[in-house]
Amino acid sequence: MTDASIHSPASGGKSSLLALDARTKRRNAAEARFRMYGISAVAAGVFFLVVLLGAILSNGVGAFQQTFLTVEVYLDPAKLDKKGQRDIADIKKVSTFGYTPLVQQGLFDQIEANGIETPLAKRKDMKALISASAAAQVRDFVIANPDRIGDKVEFRVLTSSRVDGYLKGRVTRESVARDKNIKPVHLDLVDSFTDLGIIKKEFNWSFITGADASESRAEQAGMGVSILGSFFMTLVVLALALPIGVAASIYLEEFAPQNRFTDLIEVNISNLAAVPSIVFGILGLAVFIQFAHLPQSAPLVGGLVLTLMTLPTIIISTRASLKSVPPSIRDAALGIGASKMQAVFHHVLPLAMPGILTGTIIGLAQALGETAPLLLIGMVGYIATNYPEGIASGFMDPNSAMPAQIYEWAKRADPAYYERAWGGIIILLVFLLTMNIIAIILRRRFERRW
Amino acid sequence: MPVFWLILIVLGLAAVGYIIGRQRALASAGGDSRHLHSLPSYYGSNVSIKVMVPAFFLMIVWLLAQPFVIEGRVSGMIPESEIREGSSASLLMAEVRRASEGLENAVAGGFMTDEEARNARADLSDVTQRLKDAGQVVTNTITQPILKAAQAHRAMVKSSNLYMSIAVIAIAVAGVFWGLAGAKADFRARNVVERSIRWLLVAAASIAILTTIGIVLSLIFNTVEFFRLYPASQFFFNPTWLPSFGGGIDADGNPLSKLGIIPLLWGTLYISLIALAVAVPIGLFAAIFLSEYAGPKTRAIAKPMLEVLAGIPTIVYGLFALLTVGPLLIGVFGDDGLGWMQAGTAVMTAGLVMGIMLIPFVSSLSDDIINAVPQAMRDGSYGLGATKSETIKQVVLPAALPGIVGAILLAASRAIGETMIVVLGAGAAARLSLNPFEAMTTVTAKIVSQLTGDADFASPEALVAFALGMTLFIITLGLNVFALYIVRKYREQYD
Repeated sequence: MTDASIHSPASGGKSSLLALDARTKRRNAAEARFRMYGISAVAAGVFFLVVLLGAILSNGVGAFQQTFLTVEVYLDPAKLDKKGQRDIADIKKVSTFGYTPLVQQGLFDQIEANGIETPLAKRKDMKALISASAAAQVRDFVIANPDRIGDKVEFRVLTSSRVDGYLKGRVTRESVARDKNIKPVHLDLVDSFTDLGIIKKEFNWSFITGADASESRAEQAGMGVSILGSFFMTLVVLALALPIGVAASIYLEEFAPQNRFTDLIEVNISNLAAVPSIVFGILGLAVFIQFAHLPQSAPLVGGLVLTLMTLPTIIISTRASLKSVPPSIRDAALGIGASKMQAVFHHVLPLAMPGILTGTIIGLAQALGETAPLLLIGMVGYIATNYPEGIASGFMDPNSAMPAQIYEWAKRADPAYYERAWGGIIILLVFLLTMNIIAIILRRRFERRW
Repeated sequence: MPVFWLILIVLGLAAVGYIIGRQRALASAGGDSRHLHSLPSYYGSNVSIKVMVPAFFLMIVWLLAQPFVIEGRVSGMIPESEIREGSSASLLMAEVRRASEGLENAVAGGFMTDEEARNARADLSDVTQRLKDAGQVVTNTITQPILKAAQAHRAMVKSSNLYMSIAVIAIAVAGVFWGLAGAKADFRARNVVERSIRWLLVAAASIAILTTIGIVLSLIFNTVEFFRLYPASQFFFNPTWLPSFGGGIDADGNPLSKLGIIPLLWGTLYISLIALAVAVPIGLFAAIFLSEYAGPKTRAIAKPMLEVLAGIPTIVYGLFALLTVGPLLIGVFGDDGLGWMQAGTAVMTAGLVMGIMLIPFVSSLSDDIINAVPQAMRDGSYGLGATKSETIKQVVLPAALPGIVGAILLAASRAIGETMIVVLGAGAAARLSLNPFEAMTTVTAKIVSQLTGDADFASPEALVAFALGMTLFIITLGLNVFALYIVRKYREQYD
C-alpha cells in the first residue's frame, strides 16, 4: 500500500457535525460580515446624529453668554446739554457720536484708577473694547432721565464682539495679528480688566429677546423679533391649515364619491406633498406678492405659503386618524337616527381628534423649520429690527422668522455671527423639541386602540 | 371702512341671525322642539350660513377684482409718452400705486389734508416734500401725470371700498331675511345646512387643486415672459451661467447675461449623486438590520434616533455643512493636506451633508417595504438551508427591489429639490467640472440668489428663476410620479 493510493473521497472530506467545513465557514463569515454592515450602517447614522448635535451644542452654547463691562460714565453737561436748559428737544439733538467719547473716557479712567500699565495712552484706544451699542444705551438713559446729566452713572454695557470672542476662546492672539479692529495690547488690557471684575461674562437674555443688529454689532444681535415673526406665522398656519385640512380630509374620507374629481384631488395632494419647498416660495412670490399685492416680508404672507406647504401633511395624517375610527361607531350613530353629517361631526371627529392634533403639531413643526420659501417672499435681510407694535403690525409688518434669521447670520462675514447662528439653532430646536414632545404626549395620553 | 371691521360686522349679523332664527323656529312650533322638522340649532345655522357665505364670497371677489378694474381705468389716464426708455407700463403702474398709498398714509398721518391730497392742481414739489415728511417712500420720478393718476387711483380705491362695504352689508342683511324666511316648523333646515356644509368641505378639498393650478400658472406665465426676453436656445444649450449685473445686450443683439442651465443641472445632479452615494448604502443597510436582525429593544432605540435626523430643519444641515463639514474637509483635502480643495464650500461638502439628511428618508421607506415582504418567502428560504444574509440577498431584496428603487427615486427627488444645504454649503460659482472638491451651484441655489438679489423683477436675470423653478418642478414631479407608480405596482403583488 502506498500513500498515493489512499485517495478516496470519503477520507478527504471526513465531515463532522462538530468541525465546520470550509464552505460553511465561508458562508458563516459572509453572514457575520453582512450583519456587521448593518450594524455599522446604524452606527454611522447614530454617529452622524451625535456629531450634528455635538456641533450644535459646542458651537451654540456660547451665544447664551455675553461679555459685559461695567463702566462709570460722567454725563458731561457741557457736551450733552450745551444750553443747560435740560430741554428734552435739545438733549435729543446730541447724537450717539456725542456719547461715544464719554463712554470711552469712563473706561479709560479705569486704567489709571486701577494702576494698570498699558501702552494704550489715548482715550480713542478704548474703541476696540466697547460695543458701538454702548453709546446708544447711554443716550437712551439720558433721554429718559435728563436730570441725571452732570452725574457719574454706572452702566453695564456690551463689550465689542472681539473682546467677547477673546473671553470665549474664539479670538486668539494669533488670529488678532491680522485683525485691524483690535490689537494684542488690547487683549492684555482685557486680561487686567477681567481680573478686576470690570469685564465679566454673564447670561445673555437679550440674545433670546433682542432684535437683529447691524453687521458690525454682532454682540447686540438677538432672536427675539424673529421669534415673534415665527410665532405670528405659525398662528396663520394653525388658523388656516387645521380647519381646511380637517375639512378636506373629512370630505375625502367620509363623503367623496369614487369619481374623477376625487381622484384628481387625491393625485394633487400626494404630488404637492413631494413638491420642493422652494417651489411654494415661487408660488407665494408670484401669487401673493406680484398678483395680490400683499406686503412683502410680512408674516401673513409667510404663513399663507407655509399653510399651502403643510396642508398635504396635515391632510394625510388626518385621513389616517379618521380611517382608524372603526366603522361600527358610524353605524351605531346612523342606527339611532343621526344623519351622516351628524355621525361624522358628533362621533367620528371627536374620536379622531387626538390623532389630528398630533399630525397638526408635527406639520406646524415642519413649517416652523422651513427656510427656503421664506427667502423668496423677502423674509430675509436686515429686517427683524423692530418689535411689532400690535397684533395687526405683527401680521403685516416686515419681519423675519427664526430659520431665516439664522440663514441671515450665517451669511454675514463676522465669525461672531456664526456663534449667534448656532445659538439660534439651539432656540429653534428647543421649540421643535417642545412641539414634538407635546405631540408624543398627546398620542400616548389619548390614543385609542380599537 | 377697514376690511377687518367689515368682517366683524358680518360675523355679528350672523350671530344675531342665529339667535333670532332659532327663536323664530321654536316660536312657530309653539315652543316645543318636537314639532320642528330639525333641531332648533339648525334653523339658527341656516340663517348664519345665508348671511356669511354670500357676503364673504362677494367680499373676496371684490377685493380680488378691484385692483384690476381700477388699474385698467387709471392706466388709460397715463399718456404713452410717460413710459420712459427701459421702463414698462407695469413699472409705471407700480409707481402710481406707491404714490397713491403714500398719499393715503400721509393723510392718515396728518401730514396733508384730504383736500390737498385730492387737489389736481397741487404743486408737485410741495406734495413730494410732504410725502417725504410723512415718511413715505417716494422716488424722484413722480411727474405731474403720475401724480394725477395717483390721485385718481386713490379716489377710486376709496369709493370702491365704500361701495364694497355697502354692498357686503346689504347682502348680509338680505341674508338675514332670506334665512329667517326659513324659520318655520316645516322647513327642512337640517337638509339645507348639511348640503351647504358639504359644499364647504368640497371647497376645502379643492384647495389642493387650486394650489397646483397656482403653482403651474405662476411658473408658466413668468417662464413665457422670460423666454420672450431671452432666447430659449441660449437657456437650454449655453454651457455658461454668468448673469451680468444690470442685464443689457451686446453689439450683435445677444443678451450680455449668459443664463445657461447646463452647469446648474450638472451641479444639481453631481451633488445629488454624492448624497445618494452616502444615503443609499447607509440607509438601506440600516433598514435591513433594523427589520431583519435587530431585536425589538434595539429597534425601539435606533429607529427613533435615525428619524430625529429627518426632523431636523434643513437650515441646521446647511449651517453644519458651512461651518463644520466644510472646514473639516479643508483640513484633509485642502492645501495643508492633499491640496485638492480650495474652499470649504464644495460639491463634496453639500453632498455629504445632504446624504446624512437623506439617511432616515431612505431607511424608513425601505424599512416599510422590507417589512411588507411576506414572512412565508423567508421561511421557504430558511427551509432550504439558506443563512439569514443569503435569504436577504437572494429572496427579500429581489422581492422588495421595485419598492426600494421607488424609495431611492423619492430620495433623489428630495435631493434635487433641497435648497438650504446647497445655498450654504455648495458655493456660488456655476461650473462644469468633474472635481467633487470644487464649488458648484445648483438650480435651487440660483433660484434663491436670482430672486433675492437686487435685479429688477421684470428683467431676464430675475425671471430666469421661474424658468429654473419650472425645470425643477417638472423634474421632481416626474421622479415622484415614476416612483409612486413603481411602489404602487409592487404593492399590488402582495396585498
